[in-house]
Amino acid sequence: MYSLVRNELLKIVRKKRILVVAGIIAILVGMFTYAQWKELDRRLERFGDVDWRTTLQQQIIDAQNRITSSGISDEWKSQLQLRIQQQQYYLDHNVNPVEPGAPTFMRTFADHSITLFLPLMVMVVAADIVSSERSAGTIKLLLTRPVKRWKILMSKYLALLLSISIIVVLFGLLSYLISGIVFGYQGWSAPVIIGFSAEGIELNTNAVQLIPQWQYLLMEFSLVWFVALVVGSIAFMLSVLIKNTPAGMGVMLAALISGAILSNMVSSWESAKYLFMINLDLTAYLAGKAPPIEGMSLGFSLIVLTLWGLAALAVSFIVFTRQDIY
Amino acid sequence: MSEITLAVKGLRKRIGKKEIIKGLNFELKRGEVFGFLGPNGAGKTTTIRMLVGLIRPTAGTIEIGGYDVQRNFTKAMSHMGCIVENPELYPYLTGWENLQHFAGMLPGVTNAHMEEVVKLVRLHERIHDHLKTYSLGMRQRLGIAQALLGKPKVLILDEPTNGLDPMGIREMRNFIRYLAEEEGLTVLVSSHLLSEIQLMCDRVAIISQGSIIKVDAVKSLLALQERVVWRAEPLARAKEVLSGFTQVHNAQDGTLVTSYSDSETPLWNKAMVEQGILVKEMNRKLPALEDLFLELTGGESVV
Repeated sequence: MYSLVRNELLKIVRKKRILVVAGIIAILVGMFTYAQWKELDRRLERFGDVDWRTTLQQQIIDAQNRITSSGISDEWKSQLQLRIQQQQYYLDHNVNPVEPGAPTFMRTFADHSITLFLPLMVMVVAADIVSSERSAGTIKLLLTRPVKRWKILMSKYLALLLSISIIVVLFGLLSYLISGIVFGYQGWSAPVIIGFSAEGIELNTNAVQLIPQWQYLLMEFSLVWFVALVVGSIAFMLSVLIKNTPAGMGVMLAALISGAILSNMVSSWESAKYLFMINLDLTAYLAGKAPPIEGMSLGFSLIVLTLWGLAALAVSFIVFTRQDIY
Repeated sequence: MSEITLAVKGLRKRIGKKEIIKGLNFELKRGEVFGFLGPNGAGKTTTIRMLVGLIRPTAGTIEIGGYDVQRNFTKAMSHMGCIVENPELYPYLTGWENLQHFAGMLPGVTNAHMEEVVKLVRLHERIHDHLKTYSLGMRQRLGIAQALLGKPKVLILDEPTNGLDPMGIREMRNFIRYLAEEEGLTVLVSSHLLSEIQLMCDRVAIISQGSIIKVDAVKSLLALQERVVWRAEPLARAKEVLSGFTQVHNAQDGTLVTSYSDSETPLWNKAMVEQGILVKEMNRKLPALEDLFLELTGGESVV
């Protein structure tokens, strides 16, 4: 098994997949760092100084104005209300929500990447891991060696899990190192508020507590890793089912993008909460944002994703071990 | 007697309602090159894919080295090396890495053995180059090296000369003969090129529309159909004389064609000479398997 996994890793590395992913992450991190730096610059010009309290107060007033203005949906209103309460809490407790620094950048970047960007990066590795062997015909050699089929698939899956883990680590590392050049590397222990939970339009602050940022990051990246594994498993299944790699990628891409779009408009289609792509935004639960559909919670999403991942694996193994190879 | 290395009994494959392989039976012995001959679409590739475990048969058994491919897959496969259709290896790895990749899937393949195999297929000078720089002939040889890594008893090659130039085809043919004669391997070769089979196989199975029409030694199949081409003057008289003994066909280039018999044919010649006919040429001709095939299949075209 060890040599099988080593084979698969060798192929992934030699196809330069990890390198491509690292390159894309580095470029995006660079772009976002620049964008955020520009944003800070603009604020500096607008307010003369960067006192975050003033900014926060300004934001609260902005939001309040928007709530009172007409032509705004009730849902949006309640979301704004939640955010105002949250910001008020930051203000009252003298916590800067956007304290600049590489760890903060990491936090927000991971937050924004969990539903689309990271799954895409996972796809780069996962999408052709089985289907490329089929389209190149090498599967015929792979499956006529004295190794049972399930072992071959398992070695591919283990190699994928390892690659995904490497990608998540690279993601964290690159976003920390690159953004730190501009924002500095401080801020590991800055307090972050956690434990908000939205109940209807009320913000439940019972469980709210302050934790150091590194702890928050640890939790966040565990969730990011988990999402990456589930997305990887589903892409893996598509790679087994669909011989044509671009077609498989297309299906996965469509699912991910539909998830991003649906999340903004499915609050009334309740059963959509069982779709995996609606449940990808796990870090939103940490930040205390309202879930796309009422009644969804961190635990619920974790269970839904786990089930999807396991089902995808089961389908992969059943199909792969029985399939006739023409 | 010689050991049976591959045995197929009652092999069938049905896809949907269509039965594409209709009950094949054959046995391969140690040290022989066995040809699998048939037109495209006759079921050669499907059969080979069942032999190597890529396709599950609907019925029947396949034993390689005494192990059932269905029930004892790993053991059966450890006695078998194959190339199915093209030698598809990983273009982004070097030749050596490709071999290492497949050596990793076999128990106990040493570096020394890998080097030995590389020497055998004469790739040692280019083995550390990337596969994408290899010619088709070199890929084919690397494919065979890969198949030989596990010291198999049976080597299955699907269309091994496909796409090779004449030089490559000759090399491949000699190499296959060498493996059978010197190393004692059983080699199963499929081809739609009759001349290929004729030149490198000991026995041949002729397959058409999913059934084996005939299994026999290439020599005896050819002997059945051996002919003599006569060039004689005057032609009309010669034909008259020969017709007294056997059936005579007029060939287009002004020759006569009759069957051949070791004892009879010299007597026909004698009769002709006694009749004052000038016999300019008697040419014993082995028939091409083409003729044979057309006869056996009742004219199904051979591509």
